Amino acid sequence: MISAVGLRKAFGDFEAVRGIDVEVRRGEAFGFLGPNGAGKSSTMRMIAAVSPVTSGSLRILGRDPAEDGPAIRARLGVCPQEDTLDTELTVRDNLVVYGRYFGIPRSEVARRADELLEFVQLAERGKAKVESLSGGMKRRLTIARSLINRPDLLLLDEPTTGLDPQARHVLWDRLFRLKQQGVTLVLTTHYMDEAEQLCDRLVVMDKGLIVAEGSPLELIRGHSTREVAELRFGVGEHEALAAKVEDLGERVEVLPDRLLVYSDDGEEVIARVHERGLSPVAVLVRRSTLEDVFLRLTGRTLVD
Amino acid sequence: MAPDLPATSARPSRWELAWRQSDYWLTVYRRTWRGSVITSFLTPLFYVLAMGVLLGGFIQVAPERLEGATSYLAFVAPGLVAAQSMQLVVGEVTYPVMGMVKWNRIAFGMTATPLGPADVVNAHLGFLVFRLATVSGVFLAVLAPFGVLTSPAGAVGAFLTQILVGLAFATPIYGLSAGLRNEAAFALVFRLGIIPMFLFSGAFFPVGNLSPALETLARLTPLWHGVDLTRMFTLGTLEAGPALVHLGYLLAMAGLGYLWVVRRLTRRLGD
Repeated sequence: MISAVGLRKAFGDFEAVRGIDVEVRRGEAFGFLGPNGAGKSSTMRMIAAVSPVTSGSLRILGRDPAEDGPAIRARLGVCPQEDTLDTELTVRDNLVVYGRYFGIPRSEVARRADELLEFVQLAERGKAKVESLSGGMKRRLTIARSLINRPDLLLLDEPTTGLDPQARHVLWDRLFRLKQQGVTLVLTTHYMDEAEQLCDRLVVMDKGLIVAEGSPLELIRGHSTREVAELRFGVGEHEALAAKVEDLGERVEVLPDRLLVYSDDGEEVIARVHERGLSPVAVLVRRSTLEDVFLRLTGRTLVD
Repeated sequence: MAPDLPATSARPSRWELAWRQSDYWLTVYRRTWRGSVITSFLTPLFYVLAMGVLLGGFIQVAPERLEGATSYLAFVAPGLVAAQSMQLVVGEVTYPVMGMVKWNRIAFGMTATPLGPADVVNAHLGFLVFRLATVSGVFLAVLAPFGVLTSPAGAVGAFLTQILVGLAFATPIYGLSAGLRNEAAFALVFRLGIIPMFLFSGAFFPVGNLSPALETLARLTPLWHGVDLTRMFTLGTLEAGPALVHLGYLLAMAGLGYLWVVRRLTRRLGD
């Protein structure tokens, strides 16, 4: 569906994407995980065939976006990071006029609009103006809009950023259903739980480069331990105490507010910490996540 | 199911791509036409009554001092028609275009579809032609009973001139708006461009009354070319040479402006 080799994007002197190779297959849910400014959105806009490639090769649905932009865009669904809805039109009109841009006949687009409003649970709001919708509803409407042309490939740029937890779960549920229907999903996110929930395969991006690639499980297995013991001491003590626990796990990370000890048995780590006479204010044992993978690979956390 | 697009697929024509946006513009128009009735139809009519009929009642000068018009009303009416065309499009391609690229960013949504920046511009200009045609058509029809249109052919000529005047202003200012990061520049466009042009480019008085330097300046403005061409048609004083100069000037502005706006919008949306 997507094949990129040595893909780069520069804005003047600044290189947002510094040569990445990506291969996305039909029917999979593929993610770009990385912090803000990693080059995810720039990559997405190139894949959406709206932002010209600076160098490298990019094929989308087997075509070159520089040559066949309109034909490619006709088969894509795009849910941009910022909503581009017409806030003064009604919810339903937003779908109908958008469908017409694809050349879908009026009667067909009207049918699909009603179907999609049902799908994103906005059927009762069809006649409301968009400006009256909540953030989560607007996102769902944007997703409905991106499906109006029954795309082969759905691109979602930070689909749940800025939404409350409940709205995120509603959205994830809808995306999960699309995935089950066989729609190929490509999404960017800086939320590791979102990447774990939705993606079959993902790449971790940092500073315009891909630093790791695989399924969430592969990435966690390959770059982290099974468990993590989190130790919270008094403010300012973490740096100094790291040396006293570093032999307890495979690796120790010092964060401003806690120490992370990577080990396959977190409970064992906690027990030995206490044996050594150390008394953390709070302890927590958890499984490794993509957040830990990212920390391992870049030395930084995903969400600042 | 083949993963790739077919090797050949017919590309929709530019016309087809612009036409696909007709439902959008129709929806916008259905929502806004009531408000536009006042600014587009009533305000110009008030000008005609106040400036042309009432103020004009105090002005008794020989036709040769009014570029051949037999009354001040006949002189000022075509000026008001052309100035109205300018103001109509300037209103449509300043803040609304800024909205499309900066505030609600719908232009980004539009170009995520098979539409490209040029298609967005084409449809928007098509909508402006529709607005110019309805507004100036009604305006000229209202003027007819005042006896300021000397011939039906002249009225048609004046009508067509309005489309051209509108596009000559629309494309360069659209181009400006498409690339602007901050709307503060619009205040300058209005205060230093549109309002002085409205007052001093021959709509209300013959530019020969200005000092030679200011007269030359006035004759360089697009509005003067539009006013003079419209006036030639309504007064029936058409002269081939000057008319062709006006036509060439306005066509060049509309055409060069078009190339500029497509370039600027492509860059804005493609970043």
